[in-house]
Amino acid sequence: MLHVEASGPVGALRLDALLEIRAGETLALAGPSGAGKTSLLRVAAGLLRPEHGRVRCDGEVWLDTAAGRNLPPERRRCGYLFQEYALFPHLSAWRNVAYPLRDVPRPERRRRALALLERFGLAARSDARPRELSGGERQRVALARAVARRPAAFLLDEPLSALDPSTRGAAGRELAAVLHEAGAPAVLVTHSFEEAALFGDRVAVLDRGRVVQQGTAAELAAGPASAFVADLTGAVVLAGTARRGGGGLTEVELDGGGRLVSADLAEGPVAATVHPWEITLEPPAPVASGSARNHLHGTVVAVTPLGNRVRVALATPQAVTAEVTPEAVTALALRPGVPALASFKATAVRLVER
Amino acid sequence: MLFRVGLAVALAVALTFLTLPVVAIFVDTAPGELLDSLGEQAAREALLLSLETSTVAIALILGVGTPAAYLLATRRFRGRALVVTLLELPLVLPPAVAGIALLAAVGPAGILGGTIEAFGIELALETAGVVVALTFVASPFYLRQAQAAFAAVDRTLLDASRTLGASEARSFVAVMIPAALPGLAAGAALALGRALGEFGATLMFAGSFEGITQTAPLAIYDRFATDFDSALALSAVLVAVSAAILLSVKLVGGGEALGRAAR
Repeated sequence: MLHVEASGPVGALRLDALLEIRAGETLALAGPSGAGKTSLLRVAAGLLRPEHGRVRCDGEVWLDTAAGRNLPPERRRCGYLFQEYALFPHLSAWRNVAYPLRDVPRPERRRRALALLERFGLAARSDARPRELSGGERQRVALARAVARRPAAFLLDEPLSALDPSTRGAAGRELAAVLHEAGAPAVLVTHSFEEAALFGDRVAVLDRGRVVQQGTAAELAAGPASAFVADLTGAVVLAGTARRGGGGLTEVELDGGGRLVSADLAEGPVAATVHPWEITLEPPAPVASGSARNHLHGTVVAVTPLGNRVRVALATPQAVTAEVTPEAVTALALRPGVPALASFKATAVRLVER
Repeated sequence: MLFRVGLAVALAVALTFLTLPVVAIFVDTAPGELLDSLGEQAAREALLLSLETSTVAIALILGVGTPAAYLLATRRFRGRALVVTLLELPLVLPPAVAGIALLAAVGPAGILGGTIEAFGIELALETAGVVVALTFVASPFYLRQAQAAFAAVDRTLLDASRTLGASEARSFVAVMIPAALPGLAAGAALALGRALGEFGATLMFAGSFEGITQTAPLAIYDRFATDFDSALALSAVLVAVSAAILLSVKLVGGGEALGRAAR
């Protein structure tokens, strides 16, 4: 169990957050850059002292500003994975891994380091300096070094962001396996919701120093508590003003023109969110007679293939992104400049406060 | 095209101006004379004294300067800029002024003279005084360079070391010094070069007594009026020794230490 609580100013930011992570659980801490994600990790590791805060791990108090207790980083057993890995440039791979094993007798130290490198498939690279290693190899050496100390908690700062996309998949699976095997609580910082969904048993969204929502990735995607969370999960976010409509529905007058209806109840300024895969595209002329209650006229501004799907961005005038199949793009001849109609059901629209 | 020719001419002029005098020393000195000058007892003593006092001065500078530079590079505190400026002051002090200042501070009649004498230490006109003069004049060169070297080290290395169970003291020794080593070596080489060539402050503070305070530069000055050839020969030896020391520091201290530090 890891408990991290911090409040007070950190640079230009005001931190006010509480995280609790059970043993064996990975909490993904998502949010834009500058939201305070790394600051929270540093508070947990003892590299940053907040004005007020409490950090507990496995019943041991690492920080309690009220009681004047503050263990230095070297006495908190946490496995910290730095964004750029922070390998010691003057030490070979195995000496990097052996660095935290200072209390272990010398011959045993080398054996343990080599065994760890072997486990990460790096036995042949044990004598290489960090600058001779590839990005993926560096990440694995850093991971082996963090694991070597048998940490009571893992703190991972964007562990995959320094890797190129081709190695990210394998490195991610390996990381997930290590965390699972270690069984210690883990906090993983990421600015991508996809990564958060992949690693996090739970996801906490941080915005301007505050946790704005916590839950499973599916919960967050289905019911974002704010426009900010909706935007982070990749949903389309439309700003507007809500008022009571007919049939128990809510009507939203969109800023910049257009209107839609939602099954959610709300009044006043709202953000209407809808997932790109719930939006269908049609030729603009006749308004279709299906069950979709919402139709927004727009012009295609971008067509981006994404694996077996295609993301089509429309200006309606607010930006709407629909996810459709490549066949649909061909059939409708979708390309920038072409008019199109975006349709979605009133029940697919979530209304959240602005 | 014309501009590029201009650049090349400027470099050629600078190179000629800076190397011609050094080359002239060797051209003007017959190899036999060079050996003869080394055979001379007084010249050998002066050279040895230079090496001894410079080595002790550099050891003192490294021992105190390295932690001090680390502190200045890694902490922000009120009055830091003032401290840095005060530490760099000897750089712009004329050597004669440095000598007078040392006399006023730690000379027999200086403000700390009595205290030092009470410990039974004589500085003025003694070999220890030479070491004090060299340390005073050379240490800003090291402090400046070491500070820059520590400041250039990625701070996350220090953070990583701490989270891996090392105290700050151990991180300083095991991570920060090795990571800053090229810059530290370059600073030490600069300070050593300055110490070997020191003249004015040593003359004012410690005097020029053969075998006690007469370092190689002082011996050269001593001979120059009476025996120019001998002065020239001793100069050649000093140039060779300085160059050899700088080169070996460069090789030992992490490859292209001087080159990297300059970049």
